[in-house]
Amino acid sequence: MNPQLLWLIPILPFAGFLLNGTIGRKLPRALVATIALLFTLAPALIVVQLWLFMKSDGAPLALSVVSCPWIAVSGFSVNFAFTVDHLTLVMLGIITGVGFLIHIYSVSYMAHEEGYWRFFAYLNLFMFFMLVLVLASSFLLLFVGWEGVGLASYLLIGFYFTKDSAANAGKKAFIVNRVGDFGFLLAMFLLIAHYGSLDFNTIFASIAASPLTGGLFTAIALLLVLGATGKSAQIPLYIWLPDAMEGPTPVSALIHAATMVTAGIYMVARCHILFDHSPAALTVVACIGAATALFAATIGLVQHDIKRVLAYSTVSQLGYMFLACGVGDYSAGIFHLMTHAFFKGLLFLAAGSVIHALSGEQDMRNMGGLRKRIPITFWTMSAGVFAISGIFPFAGFYSKDEILFDTFTSPNHLHILLWLVGLVTAGLTSFYMFRLWFKTFFGTPRFDEHTAHGPTHAPDLHAAHLAAVHASKTSTLVLEAEPEPTHTAHAHGVHESPWLMTLPLVVLAILSLIGGWVGIPEALGGHDEFKHFLSPVFNAGLDIAANPQHFLMERVDAGISLLVALLGAFIAWYAYCYKPGTAAALAAKYRRLYSLVDHKFWVDEIYGRFIITPILVVSRLLLNGLVDGGIIQGSASSLAASTRGGGWLVRRIQSGNIRSYAGWLAAGAAVVIAIVLFSHHTLPH
Amino acid sequence: MNFDPIILTLIIATPLAGAILLAFIPEKEGSKTHAIGALLISLFTLLLTLHLPAHFNYHAAPRTFQFEQNLSWIPSPNIRYHLGVDGLSMWLIVLAAFLAPIGVLASWNVISTRTKLFYTLFLLQQVAMLGIFAALDLFLYYGFWELSLVPITLLIATFGRTENRRRAAIKFFLYAFIPSAILLVAILWLYNLTGTFDLPTLQALALSHHLAATPTALLLCSIAFLVAFAVKVPVFPLHGWLQDAVAEAPTAAVMVLAGKLGLYSILRFSFGIFPDQSRHVAPVLIALGAIGIVYGSLIALIKTDLKKLAAFSTLAHASFVILGIFTFTIIGLDGGVFQILNESLIGAAFFVLLGLLYERYGTYDMRDYGGLATRHPWMVTMFVITVLAAAGLPMLNGFVGEFLILSGSMQSIFAHHIFWTVLAATGVIFGASYLLWMIQRVFYGKLGVRPEEVRGWDLTAREHLELWPFAALFLLMGIASPFWMRAIDTYGAATAGKVVEIAPGWYKNTETNAYTVNNQELGRWCLDHPGGCRVSIGFHVAASKEAR
Repeated sequence: MNPQLLWLIPILPFAGFLLNGTIGRKLPRALVATIALLFTLAPALIVVQLWLFMKSDGAPLALSVVSCPWIAVSGFSVNFAFTVDHLTLVMLGIITGVGFLIHIYSVSYMAHEEGYWRFFAYLNLFMFFMLVLVLASSFLLLFVGWEGVGLASYLLIGFYFTKDSAANAGKKAFIVNRVGDFGFLLAMFLLIAHYGSLDFNTIFASIAASPLTGGLFTAIALLLVLGATGKSAQIPLYIWLPDAMEGPTPVSALIHAATMVTAGIYMVARCHILFDHSPAALTVVACIGAATALFAATIGLVQHDIKRVLAYSTVSQLGYMFLACGVGDYSAGIFHLMTHAFFKGLLFLAAGSVIHALSGEQDMRNMGGLRKRIPITFWTMSAGVFAISGIFPFAGFYSKDEILFDTFTSPNHLHILLWLVGLVTAGLTSFYMFRLWFKTFFGTPRFDEHTAHGPTHAPDLHAAHLAAVHASKTSTLVLEAEPEPTHTAHAHGVHESPWLMTLPLVVLAILSLIGGWVGIPEALGGHDEFKHFLSPVFNAGLDIAANPQHFLMERVDAGISLLVALLGAFIAWYAYCYKPGTAAALAAKYRRLYSLVDHKFWVDEIYGRFIITPILVVSRLLLNGLVDGGIIQGSASSLAASTRGGGWLVRRIQSGNIRSYAGWLAAGAAVVIAIVLFSHHTLPH
Repeated sequence: MNFDPIILTLIIATPLAGAILLAFIPEKEGSKTHAIGALLISLFTLLLTLHLPAHFNYHAAPRTFQFEQNLSWIPSPNIRYHLGVDGLSMWLIVLAAFLAPIGVLASWNVISTRTKLFYTLFLLQQVAMLGIFAALDLFLYYGFWELSLVPITLLIATFGRTENRRRAAIKFFLYAFIPSAILLVAILWLYNLTGTFDLPTLQALALSHHLAATPTALLLCSIAFLVAFAVKVPVFPLHGWLQDAVAEAPTAAVMVLAGKLGLYSILRFSFGIFPDQSRHVAPVLIALGAIGIVYGSLIALIKTDLKKLAAFSTLAHASFVILGIFTFTIIGLDGGVFQILNESLIGAAFFVLLGLLYERYGTYDMRDYGGLATRHPWMVTMFVITVLAAAGLPMLNGFVGEFLILSGSMQSIFAHHIFWTVLAATGVIFGASYLLWMIQRVFYGKLGVRPEEVRGWDLTAREHLELWPFAALFLLMGIASPFWMRAIDTYGAATAGKVVEIAPGWYKNTETNAYTVNNQELGRWCLDHPGGCRVSIGFHVAASKEAR
């Protein structure tokens, strides 16, 4: 195939963005949607063709195209250049495939929203930048995509910008990501200073040839990790992602679950040669991943907003991917990235369908018993819940198991601890996902059937809900208790979503089931095709055949993780189905602990108090007040005042009379000329 | 007909002739004659300046000037009418000419009284600016430099926004005038030393270490130059005039107030005449640049007056340029010069937009705004594009400049400590913070107090015309930077590096690895033995592990 076709992959969505962004306001909705869908479908088709080509015999391992320079100065230049290897191919497949499905879903989900054209324009803009990100063949071009998806995310989180919480969340996401970008930028500056280039091939080749040693190299790797923690919502920069749920649900599915947030993992995997030479940085990656996985999972246990549960579970699952990269098994990380894109995309879309059915209700305390009312949503979401919990034979089982086993067998001296953390997190994940499942679809309906059916998931409803949550924060005890029926949603005519919304659900549900079968390890009777597919990227020239001696261990490990998942599911069933009220009793018993977790460990407040407030106080009092107001303005004023004390000169200048200014100029010129003419030898040499 | 030798004179003379013409047209109440006249003149000037990039020779030898016009003006003292451009000044001239018509459009309705005075001064300001960028004779340059102070001061004093305008104008004038007086002394001292005001000559003398004065005297002289320019930039902590002047000045004047004139002068004169001395003070300026970035951004974070926020944003962006050019790396210099263009364009777009808000709602106080996005969809689009360009989003122009500057600073041997680079890089966080916060407070959320009272309208056709060129340039300069960088790079490559003496009379440029010889005995011997001079040079190259 013609490699120049690669250019079209990102350019087509960009064209869609330009079309909808400039004239979309005047077009009918159907046309706006058609434009957006076509310009997303077309790159997906190119990716399919690319996939077939790369799979064919004799195909090159990587396909590159180079165009004109973007930045060119003497001694340093960066071109617009794309490269497709097998890793990029996987990412391209996920982005265009899941992206297209979510576009279809949005057509119906957003049907009644203001700014329909704006939504699809931003969505296409996002696709453009995300595709640039994975196609880039240099750090700088990757950074273009990296910042660009951040911009799209900012615009889409703040889609309902009249709502303060949404505008805040968008800004927070952008700025927190900027902290990560700060690290990314510094890493690039160091790379330029030491390799004179930002091209992946050049840098990785020089690293492989003669690795820099010592602090500098670790510093570069750690700065890249800082960048990755921003984009992929890891400790310490995860705080933006839960708030990002202010955006419309398809955005949460596409950007904040399936694609953008995995950019950090992709970047680490892309730079695996760099990380392989820095064990210290890898250990940091693994520890951050494990800690985030556990930490976010604990917060997820007590959330009531269905989207927030999913948000914290995303943070937690991204932690798994970090863990996989940290123990050096990048292909397991990418494998989980892929299955996660399927099942988390599905879960968000299904949650959106639930919210749609309940006309905007997001609080799980006001749901329940929806199983029979919205059967397609129920069955597809079940697939997602089973997959993320790691139930055999769903996709999540294989990918999570591979990560756990690789952690266990990794040479890292913390490996047992990391494995344990991963295992506990698996149990917690299963618990809170089944909690969500039971609370949403089982038990008695807790929504109000009789209230009028609201037109859409209006922001007002959400605001009211937030206020309710806020009010209930003051008395944490009632949180787990069933709320009074008067609080409940307007759910008259609970209805299944239209086919445009259920079709993507069904497709993703099937993928959540079978998507993991491409990576069944040999110990469980598969061939691990996924790992072999990626081996040219990660293990070039290495023998990756599984060691038969480990088969028993791997089977045991798989058994344990399945047991833990089932245990979590069982506890959820016991606490929310068999004996409802158990959770409330527990929360009452361990009130302090519950309050701590419920307030998300006060991390936002700690950042606010110890970072943001001091910066503002220093700016206001020290910089603006003392330095600028006092010293600099003071000296400026005293300069003016002292001259005015001399009086004569300034009063003339102050007159505002043009003739006097002209006079001054003339006088000045005369003095100058006099000096020049008559004082050749009096000035100091 | 070959316009090359007279094109610069034409470019400067057009607005001058226009100013004189406008001064003689009588002013009528409510007539747009002067505005239309100024618009046509500035458009014609812009057209003329486009001759420069079209005929620029990219393969000219380093440190040479093009489109030169070199006439004797006054034989004694030897003052020449010498104009010329190189890669540094070419785009700056086009930029200055590009901003003028937009400045006129931005003043279209705002300036309704005393239009004759306004547009005459505006065109005079234009003359001064173009003259500064083109003059190659120190005396001629100084004339333009002083000329640039007067119209601006008058514009602020006459057309300022509040009662505070006189004070702001005086402050601005004093701040600019006192260092300029010292600059004049330094220029005259140089003339006494060398007998010439001619910049290329002085530059050649300096490069071959033929400025016969004590190092201390040269250093003092270079500092006199630098301070005069640094005040005009402004460099932290010499920015005392900036806040009030920006807050008062009308949009058309504020666009030319800060940044490019001072920065260009540093690059042309400080770096040209005092290459060694400038490198000597580089660490200090790098530190001040880094501090200025963070300082400006942090204060912008807490300002609620949009104009004052913009003033400190200007400080931060100008500090980026300072940081970049004083690294004396090719990357840093190229990025710095490119960033002068960016900073001027972004700043101008920003001030135009603020002017539009003020025109509608009569306040610059952010707390009175809010929720404008639904009412002004086009305006918010333009605001967001400008803010993203200012915050350095890749694919827009600001990123290219900031990226090159910061990576230059990471490489520079003059940035004594990585700390300054790291500090400057935090600017990307704070920059995004204050800009996005500003957008949120003005455009998002509930409708604010002022918009509730006053009914604003979205962009008119004229306003679209003002803003789209900016948006297009942001994008073009962001994705096709080599188009501009090509010319800039000829300057950057010639200026970068530190010339160190590796053996008696042997000099090496650390950045470009170019060698120069200044050995008088050798030279004399060669002159005495014409044809018998054969120099063979052998190098023993030991590669060091450290790239620095």
